[in-house]
Amino acid sequence: MAEPVAEDSPHIVIENLRFRRGRKVVFEDLSMRIPRGQVTTVMGPSGSGKTTLLRLIGGQLRPDGGRIWVDGQEVARLSTRRLYALRKRMGMLFQTGALLTDLSVFENVAFPLREHTDLPEDVLHTLVLLKLEAVGLRAARDLDPASLSGGMARRVALARAIALDPDLIMYDEPFTGLDPITMGQIVTLIRRTNQSLGLTSVLVSHDVNEAMAISDHVVLIADGRAVDAGAPDDLRARASDWSAQFLEGRPDGPVPFHYPGDSYREDLLGVREQRDD
Amino acid sequence: MIDAIASLGRSSLNALVVFGRAFIFLIQVLASLDIVIRRFGLTVVQIYSVGVRSLLIIIVSGLFVGMVLGYQGYITLVNFGAAEALGGVVALSLVRELGPVVTALLFAGRAGSALTAELGLMKTTEQLSAMEMMAVNPYRRIFAPRFVAGFLSMPLLAAIFSAVGVMGGYIVGVGMLGVDSGAYFSQMQSVTDWNEDVLSGVIKSIVFGFVVTWIAVFQGFNAMPTSEGISRATTQTVVVSSLAVLGLDFILTGLMFGAG
Repeated sequence: MAEPVAEDSPHIVIENLRFRRGRKVVFEDLSMRIPRGQVTTVMGPSGSGKTTLLRLIGGQLRPDGGRIWVDGQEVARLSTRRLYALRKRMGMLFQTGALLTDLSVFENVAFPLREHTDLPEDVLHTLVLLKLEAVGLRAARDLDPASLSGGMARRVALARAIALDPDLIMYDEPFTGLDPITMGQIVTLIRRTNQSLGLTSVLVSHDVNEAMAISDHVVLIADGRAVDAGAPDDLRARASDWSAQFLEGRPDGPVPFHYPGDSYREDLLGVREQRDD
Repeated sequence: MIDAIASLGRSSLNALVVFGRAFIFLIQVLASLDIVIRRFGLTVVQIYSVGVRSLLIIIVSGLFVGMVLGYQGYITLVNFGAAEALGGVVALSLVRELGPVVTALLFAGRAGSALTAELGLMKTTEQLSAMEMMAVNPYRRIFAPRFVAGFLSMPLLAAIFSAVGVMGGYIVGVGMLGVDSGAYFSQMQSVTDWNEDVLSGVIKSIVFGFVVTWIAVFQGFNAMPTSEGISRATTQTVVVSSLAVLGLDFILTGLMFGAG
């Protein structure tokens, strides 16, 4: 199943992905390639299934149709053992950080190492401090997750996500709800992590400016499909009407300001007619 | 009319779906039990949190229940001039019925609700998802140790409840109402049978421990990931496990003593 993977082949390939949640169609026919060693951002409106996409890539959800390959392995067909082996090479940063609340900051970062390796305590200690130093929180190692701010929690989660030195890291809405300073720290960390560890970074976000600034490659999704993809500058230059509206944040355009329905005039008159009856 | 039938059908189907999910969940937890032996430390931590931390409520309740039994038993027995039989009455009531049942009800309220709330919150804050993404199986790391801890703690707590209750009966019967101390214990020894009384109580508490912990852990796993979902799941744990304990108690009593 896992054929040798060329250096320049895409890290993740998604082909004709279909996914339904209840009756709601999340992905209709989604295809994209995520290049190796670069920062790729998947952007789309709220509710366009960006987080769902990360869960599909991580094998937490199964597609209803189509295929997802990560490193040449088809995720939905892997046995549990092989899926877990694949996940050890994947880091994921949840929007809330998802730190384990009963463990300290240090133990949270140590968690994947303790679960998957038999490292002696002093080596483990050094590794955890290295990871915490990388996110600037070495001195916060004894804190409780509950006492961290949102940005700090995300940085600890990033340290935890890179604890096993993965070659792919996925960020779920990393910029949501951060103040400008914290935002700057997270942006720098994502870029720096990508460069220093040489890993593939996948972000999902709707914060256009930050995402465009740090990405090498951007994919826009809407209505269950990839509507546009390319380098940030190319994308701005040749954007379709929809993409332009999204990237510039215009309130009206192909996506109307008003929820679709009867015309305003008819609606008002209709109400009057009903009253006359 | 049709609507009523339809909604009855729908709620029965939903109940069956939940039951099916609970059963699949149980199978998956049972299939992960090897972790309990491999990393017993995980279970010890949980035994502390569900078992040891329930000790206070169990001891205090056991003491009061035993004291009330001492009073009530004495008032009735003294009419027949059989006050010396008090020890037997207290012990039998406790080891056969009140020990396992009241302990299970208290356990559901104290430890069961805490388990559900903890797991529900872990689910809501994506801790379980994060664990899966770190290639750590939550059934092994989280659910199985909690399940075994509840299952092991219940019979021990029931035994402590009964023992403290016997002492409560002693305090009231012997200390306050003047029953002879020797008679209290010798009566107890002569009427309490190991197999018939003590073991049947132990079996009950094992069954209750299994069911209450299953319900509590499943409700946490199955909770809607919202604050309302957690509160509903916690209530469900207490209500469903209390009903299950009382219903099962009737069935088990029928099986054990029914044929006479």
